[in-house]
Amino acid sequence: MKFGVIVFPGSNCDHDAFYATSGNLNQESVYLWHKDTVIPDDIDCVIVPGGFSYGDYLRCGAIARFSPIMNEVVKFAENGKPVIGICNGFQILIEAGLLPGALMRNASLHFLCKDIYLRTENNSTLFTSELKKDEVIRIPIAHGEGNYFADPDTIKMLEENNRIVFRYSTPEGEIKDEVNPNGSINNIAGIINEKGNVLGMMPHPERYSDEILGCNDGIKVFESILKHINKG
Amino acid sequence: MQKFYATIKITLRKGILDVQGKAVEHALHSLEYQMISNVRIGKFVELVIDADSREIAFTKAEEACKKLIANPIIEDFEITIKD
Repeated sequence: MKFGVIVFPGSNCDHDAFYATSGNLNQESVYLWHKDTVIPDDIDCVIVPGGFSYGDYLRCGAIARFSPIMNEVVKFAENGKPVIGICNGFQILIEAGLLPGALMRNASLHFLCKDIYLRTENNSTLFTSELKKDEVIRIPIAHGEGNYFADPDTIKMLEENNRIVFRYSTPEGEIKDEVNPNGSINNIAGIINEKGNVLGMMPHPERYSDEILGCNDGIKVFESILKHINKG
Repeated sequence: MQKFYATIKITLRKGILDVQGKAVEHALHSLEYQMISNVRIGKFVELVIDADSREIAFTKAEEACKKLIANPIIEDFEITIKD
């Protein structure tokens, strides 16, 4: 299969995403420049990577969302093809209206760069089929604005429709305030759209996709996407 | 066409915890400004709009706020237009 990794001015996890999909997953991967107005037909999955697109000016993701390629990403998603936004990519997908809610300043006001644990809430998505239900994975976070917020009706809708894919948890899989790094409502770390083909998450699975790093829990997200594409 | 000067004040919506405001409030209290409370921090944007009337200028500023300048999910905005 073939991944397309979008590059905005200020992206800095584009190479990690490229390496995880090409080097670790052994699939084809290409970069797509933010000014491109076409996503090639042979791209199976788009990755909107982490970083500080446009210097995080105004609000994280607010300006990147109007880059020419984003019109194409919206169409790509509307056609039911998989799109994954990681960290700044999640912020961009939210600003683009592909996912609901908002990501605010971390409650602690600190930029957080550390490993956290995620509990897999929904393993019936195309991004998580290689994980078990409630499986805990160790993944790094690196963000200053990852505090997930939405109005109570939206939160209720996400909860009822099983659209919260990952929550911050203890290594044993307990959901507690103490392990909520950024103040996100209900420890939300990743959500999916209604159709199930757009995932946004603050933690970085692409950074833990190589065994040599001592943890490759993140590769399962990419293996799940590969399985979905191979299934046709 | 006339030039209109707009100022836009953006604040977190009421009811949303303003963590920056809280941190500044705590710092003020440690400086013995106990009489200060309800600190809220926002953004201030200035811009110039070429338009035929003040109403059109206001409408354009409002559109720009809804589309880009503010995030209506978490932020309120207040527009003031001057000639």
